[in-house]
Amino acid sequence: MGLLSLAIWLPIACGVLLLAIGRDDKADAVRWVALIGSLVSFLVTLPLIAGFDTSTAAMQFTETLPWIERFNVKYALGVDGLSVWFVPLTAFITVIVVISAWEVITDRVNQYMGAFMILSGIMVGVFSALDGLLFYVFFEATLIPMYIIIGIWGGPRRVYAAFKFFLYTLAGSLLMLVALVYLYYKSGGSFDILAWHKLPLPASAQTLLFFAFFLAFAVKVPMWPVHTWLPDAHVEAPTGGSVVLAAIMLKLGAYGFLRFSLPIAPDASRQWDWFIIALSLIAVIYIGLVALVQQDMKKLVAYSSIAHMGFCTLGFFIFSELGMSGGIVQMVSHGFISGAMFLCIGVLYDRVHSREIAAYGGVVNTMPKFAAFAVFFAMANSGLPGTSGFIGEWMVILGTVKAGFWLAMLAATALIFGAAYNLWMVKRVYFGPVANDHVKALTDLNSREFLMMAVLAIAVLWMGVYPKPFTDVMHVSVTELLKHVAQSKLVP
Amino acid sequence: MNEMNWLAIAPEIVLLVMACVVALVDLWVTHPRRTPTYLLAQASLAAVALMHLSHFDAGQTFYAVQRMVVADPMGHLLGFFATIAVMVSLAYARPYAAEREMLKGELISLSMFSLLGICVMLSANNFLVIYLGLELMSLSLYALVALRRDHAPATEAAMKYFVLGALASGFLLYGLSMMYGATRSLDIPTVFNAIATGQIDNAVMVLGLVFVVSGLAFKLGAVPFHMWIPDVYQGAPTAVTVLVAGAPKLAAFAITIRLLVEGMSGLAVDWQQMLIVLAVASMALGNLAAIAQSNLKRMLAYSTISQMGFMLLGLTPTVVSGNTLSAANGYSSSMFYVLTYVFTTLGTFGIVMLLSRHGHEAEQIDDLKGLARRSPWYAAVMAIFMFSLAGIPPTVGFYAKLAVLQALVSTNQALYIWLAVIAVLLSLVAAFYYLRMVKVMYFEEPADTRPIVSTGEVRTLLSLNGAAVLVFGILPGGLMAMCAQAIVKALGT
Repeated sequence: MGLLSLAIWLPIACGVLLLAIGRDDKADAVRWVALIGSLVSFLVTLPLIAGFDTSTAAMQFTETLPWIERFNVKYALGVDGLSVWFVPLTAFITVIVVISAWEVITDRVNQYMGAFMILSGIMVGVFSALDGLLFYVFFEATLIPMYIIIGIWGGPRRVYAAFKFFLYTLAGSLLMLVALVYLYYKSGGSFDILAWHKLPLPASAQTLLFFAFFLAFAVKVPMWPVHTWLPDAHVEAPTGGSVVLAAIMLKLGAYGFLRFSLPIAPDASRQWDWFIIALSLIAVIYIGLVALVQQDMKKLVAYSSIAHMGFCTLGFFIFSELGMSGGIVQMVSHGFISGAMFLCIGVLYDRVHSREIAAYGGVVNTMPKFAAFAVFFAMANSGLPGTSGFIGEWMVILGTVKAGFWLAMLAATALIFGAAYNLWMVKRVYFGPVANDHVKALTDLNSREFLMMAVLAIAVLWMGVYPKPFTDVMHVSVTELLKHVAQSKLVP
Repeated sequence: MNEMNWLAIAPEIVLLVMACVVALVDLWVTHPRRTPTYLLAQASLAAVALMHLSHFDAGQTFYAVQRMVVADPMGHLLGFFATIAVMVSLAYARPYAAEREMLKGELISLSMFSLLGICVMLSANNFLVIYLGLELMSLSLYALVALRRDHAPATEAAMKYFVLGALASGFLLYGLSMMYGATRSLDIPTVFNAIATGQIDNAVMVLGLVFVVSGLAFKLGAVPFHMWIPDVYQGAPTAVTVLVAGAPKLAAFAITIRLLVEGMSGLAVDWQQMLIVLAVASMALGNLAAIAQSNLKRMLAYSTISQMGFMLLGLTPTVVSGNTLSAANGYSSSMFYVLTYVFTTLGTFGIVMLLSRHGHEAEQIDDLKGLARRSPWYAAVMAIFMFSLAGIPPTVGFYAKLAVLQALVSTNQALYIWLAVIAVLLSLVAAFYYLRMVKVMYFEEPADTRPIVSTGEVRTLLSLNGAAVLVFGILPGGLMAMCAQAIVKALGT
């Protein structure tokens, strides 16, 4: 069994074990099994980074087994510079989620932990699948655990949010299924993604494929105007659900653009790049403004996620190396930062049971340690130099300048709006005099919460100060992808 | 040519003999749970299933009873699964029926006779044999639905089923008689050859075809011939609903193949259009109507209508591309679809019966409220069934839908690609009401906290059924290959 298979099936096996352990009277055993399982699952992903050969754009750690012979479907796994970082990121976030739920979740603990472990394995599968159908199976399978997580442990409108999440995403991806089957037929009976990359296609087919993929991935990213499920899902999901949604699930969509849309339909991608760029800029600017007026902290972070993901798609479709690498760096960095932001809200929510900004004020007086972390993450979220949030946005803006000064100018306004909504929230929640008795009664972070905050803070700082390990890994794959997209694949 | 070749129809003979033996033996059984009758029936069904399987493995085609009957791999594979389906249905039904004083010998022997009718249809090589099998199955089922004769809804359902069923049989018979008039034969291969010569009156054939397709559509429950399905599913005791909803679908699929494909491939251009209309209408109406239901059995009935519509789509694209390989692709996709559908449906009705108690029918969707708290295990099993019916991977329902879509897209014609798009969009509508079931089970608090009692047999079987839906979802290759092999052999002869 290869490393990637291990990274997929170890958490899933652990999740099934957790489901089997049973009811809430064994909650402690469940928590420890989940923690150990997620830690081991994280550790097995580290050799992927350590052993990654940065000099080639070819797939590495590949595994191929026949799966459904009638349709020539293979269980084919592999990672390249575009995807390799998301495997450890997924496993890492799962560890954080397990820790964050430790005392907070007391109802059906085994199902909660089990759902997250299974989800973790499935998401690693999405990032490492090299077979179109295998990708789709993993991509869709993520919906089931997340639907359950939002629906069982969510807030008051959880049922509405869970349905909206599921049906929105399903609606997007069903057309992708038709597209995959079409490619299967066109390629002479193969689901091999890498073979699809080389497949010549007429312009009309490329356009239809491009939009089929666009729908699936745009919903997942999410891009304006198909983003409306995200604020609902985020607000209603339990803390762990929000963390995984923001940190990993949104990246599945952005990753899809890199693996499917761009290389399979390069001519259509170049033809419709203005469309994606326009939507991305709307996300960056308009959604940034929407974030500014939110009363609910989770909604604010949800909208800021949409705006930040706009940077990723913008970076991908300006076809410059800086932009594309910047987009990927932004994906990883946003994984750390948005996860941390939702954890901060979770810390407050566990104590006060409110997410309203107006319910707080002067938290720094009663929770100094926590406020330090929260302010740090808010700064990172608004792109402060020295944090990981800066690197990605800066690279994308720099790449965009080459494409057009005014585009870059518009994109750069995000830094202003980002600073505005983050700092304004910080001011209202953390600074000022103690607002009410709830805030007065707050207790500072316990060691469990401190641990997860500290780990994330280190990750954000490390990536902000020394991003070389991330960009080095991507460099060759990104140049290769850009070279590929620049060539026409039209049927002569 | 004129040989009887009894050996080729050994499974049917054994089934007939054992059905009679079971009916007789039951006269001496006084056991309230009918254990001896039940065990004898299950043992003989198991033997029949094994015979079908070994014949399928041998992979040969024999003609028997003066070429009235063909024993080919398709018939044997479907026969194997139909027998298993009846075994599973009986196992699910027994505790439920026992509590409602309807566990009589008739329940067991009539379901064996309905299976015999199914098996006759599966291996028919002659129009009249198809009709014979159809009537044997239908009459047994009419009687089964009316088994609780002091129960008004069941009696009403039986009446409805009988009247409409008789009408449909009439349609079919009338259509077949026109075929006979035009081709001077009831023998399926002879009809096929007669059409192929092009020497016959096309107008008569097409008129007959309309009646044949209507009859088939009724048996499949395709819109606009679907009216009986919701009433029968809801009105019949669940122990009988599971028998109506399971194995007969396999028979309906088989006679569709025997009549339309093996007999009337030459008229494919005509029946394709009819099937497309039936399929799209069934998916649209079935899915939309299912959303509005609050009765679980009625919802499953509308879901059946839409699922059969999806299955019919797989039969439409075939002859367009002209070669048999592509045709086989479509038919075997439909076969895989109907097989997996039947086993998922059996499981859902199994759960419905499991939740019913003495004096209480768990028929409303609300009866599943909070099932995840009452029993996480059964809730998970039911959730797997629902996700499978909705076609979400990694359950087997996804591959069934994929196979049909693949058959549509591989024609490379705009019409079929648009049909695929319509099909996936309508399955999005379907996802809503299947998800609602998961919502009711997982997100709501139980209204009824009494523990779920069941026999070990039902418990094991339901778990196995759920596991099968999941395992075939992860490794669907084997069953797909079997379906493809069966269809290729059926078309080759």
